[in-house]
Amino acid sequence: MTVLEGQEEEERAPQRPGRGRRGRRPGGWLLPIWSWLVIFWLSLPIIVMIIFGFNNTTGKFNISWQGFTLRWYQQLFAIPDLTQSLENSLTIAAIVTIIATALGTLLGLALGRYRFRGSGSTNLIMFANIAAPEVVLGAALLSLFLLAGVPRGYLTIVIAQVMFCIPYVAVTVRARAASMDRSLEEASRDLGAGAYTTFYKVTLPMIFPGVMAGALLTFALSIDDYIITSFNAGSTVTFPLWVFGVSRLGVPPQVNVMGTLIFAFGVLLAVSGAVSNRRRK
Amino acid sequence: MHGRWAARLAPYWLALPGWLWLVLFFVIPTFVMLSISTQTGDIVNGFTQTFHWQNYVDGWNQFSTQFIRSIIYGLIATVLCLLISFPVAYWIAFFGGRHKSSLLFLLLLPFFVSFVIRTQSWNFILSDDGMVLSPLKSWGVVPQDFHILATNVAVIGGLTYNFLPFMVLPIYVALERIDPALLEASADLYGSKVTALRRIVLPLSLPGVFAGVLLTFVPATSDYVNATILGGTNTTMIGNVIQTEFFTNLDYPTAAALSFILMAGLLIGVFAYARALGTDDVLDMAGAG
Repeated sequence: MTVLEGQEEEERAPQRPGRGRRGRRPGGWLLPIWSWLVIFWLSLPIIVMIIFGFNNTTGKFNISWQGFTLRWYQQLFAIPDLTQSLENSLTIAAIVTIIATALGTLLGLALGRYRFRGSGSTNLIMFANIAAPEVVLGAALLSLFLLAGVPRGYLTIVIAQVMFCIPYVAVTVRARAASMDRSLEEASRDLGAGAYTTFYKVTLPMIFPGVMAGALLTFALSIDDYIITSFNAGSTVTFPLWVFGVSRLGVPPQVNVMGTLIFAFGVLLAVSGAVSNRRRK
Repeated sequence: MHGRWAARLAPYWLALPGWLWLVLFFVIPTFVMLSISTQTGDIVNGFTQTFHWQNYVDGWNQFSTQFIRSIIYGLIATVLCLLISFPVAYWIAFFGGRHKSSLLFLLLLPFFVSFVIRTQSWNFILSDDGMVLSPLKSWGVVPQDFHILATNVAVIGGLTYNFLPFMVLPIYVALERIDPALLEASADLYGSKVTALRRIVLPLSLPGVFAGVLLTFVPATSDYVNATILGGTNTTMIGNVIQTEFFTNLDYPTAAALSFILMAGLLIGVFAYARALGTDDVLDMAGAG
């Protein structure tokens, strides 16, 4: 999310050291080579995932290249359990995004705009939540559910994911709200607008980029989460849980295809966001 | 009078739902886990609170190998992440020019693929007769029984791979903030490039490095996905143990005690870091990641 926002600053400083020296590659040879190697290394598993979604494999195992096929794209939903897990992941991500964005936005707004009793300790709780290891967050929540005798399943996954997403939304919105010009809200009130009108017409549009960033981050975190979800999932299976479960036995090509489609969708969304961002300037 | 009260209460109403969610499902559970960690009993007869702090001692004694291994893996992965990402962040921040955003975006591509699938993909790439090892074996470069999976290298490699973006981002953000005028001033005063790097770039990058270390070390140390998918029986980490104690052995007190030791150890480290840095900085960096 930062990448997209970072663009505003990009054109500000065209002169960078190293650029001025004529005849020398910026940064020498080593730095760009190293960086491109790292980028290649980071992309390698993704490239492999995409390629082997087109593999014309015959057996249950998708191990060696056996020719190009689009079969797995046609039979994308041939494994009912896998389809169900993807459906769970998508609906859970949607629900979690709505709840966590709403609660996180309000919390971030309160922390960014006001000084109030308990704001310090709330910041501390959020910091501890972000800093705590995922295993511990999952284990602690599971402890509560065990004690209270709550059966684990779809609902407890939603509760768990909202819990670890709220701080991320709150932090992004807080930063936005803190840098907001308060006189605009005062002007709105002076002109006779009520609290709700002021919120919807003035406050919300100003913090909206932070809210959007928080929502996208939440969706990504939710759909990707394995550890905390697995502790509170019971017999409900999400997409990462399903893949983890079969990882020892061999992953069917449909997983590659679904991974590829999610990847393509995410990249498209990010790129179009960046392009529209640039155009708006 | 009514309006002023409403205004004074506004932040509380705004904060309440989110705050309540965090208290109910994060703060209270932590205390519940603390309580479970000192109980005794078993799953059949039920657990009772006996303030049996011995659980911590037993847990540590029984699983100190996995604890220490996790910390060592986490440290190595963090150092590798730092060494790998610093030059990349430096190159993009100072020489990225118009392409800064695009280059950064390429570094973040892994985020668009599920963590488990990425790790699974490495398992596939590194498998004993996979695309890397089988040619090497047929050319005789490595012996037939050579393997990478189920070794330290595979697990640490996986951890380094998976958490690298969390290191690159904060370092990039810190480097990007450096005013180029500082480097020009250094050059004008006849400072060499090395001097500029040592006296300007490195000190100013420290907040980013600290945040990156934090964002990498904590999840890497407590991760068990890499150890499960890429590792073997000799590479189990403390996350694996906690998971097994909870779900296979159904020994909740031990699992809770182990979680607490892990959290206490890591949080003490984190808060020590945060004090040196200022909480807001770390939180902002965390948000950026």
